[in-house]
Amino acid sequence: MENRLRLLRAERNWSQQDLAERLEVSRQSVNAIETGKYDPSLPLAFRVAELFDLPIEEIFVSPSRRSSKAI
Amino acid sequence: MVARTAAWRTYNFRVIWLSLLYAIFLIGAVYGFKHQLLNGPAAYVAAVLPALPIIGIFGAIGRYLVEEQDEYIRTLMVRQVLWASGFTLSLATIWGFLDNFKLVGHIDGYWIVVVWYFGLGIGGLANKLTLGDGGC
Repeated sequence: MENRLRLLRAERNWSQQDLAERLEVSRQSVNAIETGKYDPSLPLAFRVAELFDLPIEEIFVSPSRRSSKAI
Repeated sequence: MVARTAAWRTYNFRVIWLSLLYAIFLIGAVYGFKHQLLNGPAAYVAAVLPALPIIGIFGAIGRYLVEEQDEYIRTLMVRQVLWASGFTLSLATIWGFLDNFKLVGHIDGYWIVVVWYFGLGIGGLANKLTLGDGGC
């Protein structure tokens, strides 16, 4: 799933490890989510959203909206 | 291979102790049978004892999956277990038919565990190849 995690992290000058510690997950998790290789669960997505103080949909791109745009 | 989380350290601790227990039970059983010290029900108990810590390791993997708090790391392990199970079942099925038609020799059943552990390694490699940095 596409997301703006890398951008949001870069804006705050956080490393992947910094973000991982704030979310209480491994650095590998942050890397996998950022690169779209792993879709976080809803609770983890909410934690990400709360950390950046943004709605989930401003961080993660809805796959259905993305495909409807493509159509 | 997965990240060194608290659950992973607990899992390793359990596996080390269970492995030691396995070695003790196996050495005891081999010694007992070699010197003909075991017969009747005691022989059955001694023969089964080395299997129990191995079953315990399967339980430790199950506990790890329950206790792992990092959902992505847990997913990696689940993928490894699925790879290991698929690989082992496939190999056992193929070998079973080859054995049935007398094309290969018979293998003791406990080797299935060794194959399964090898399958975990294949699963780790699959994680590495498909998920890159995130897989290791």
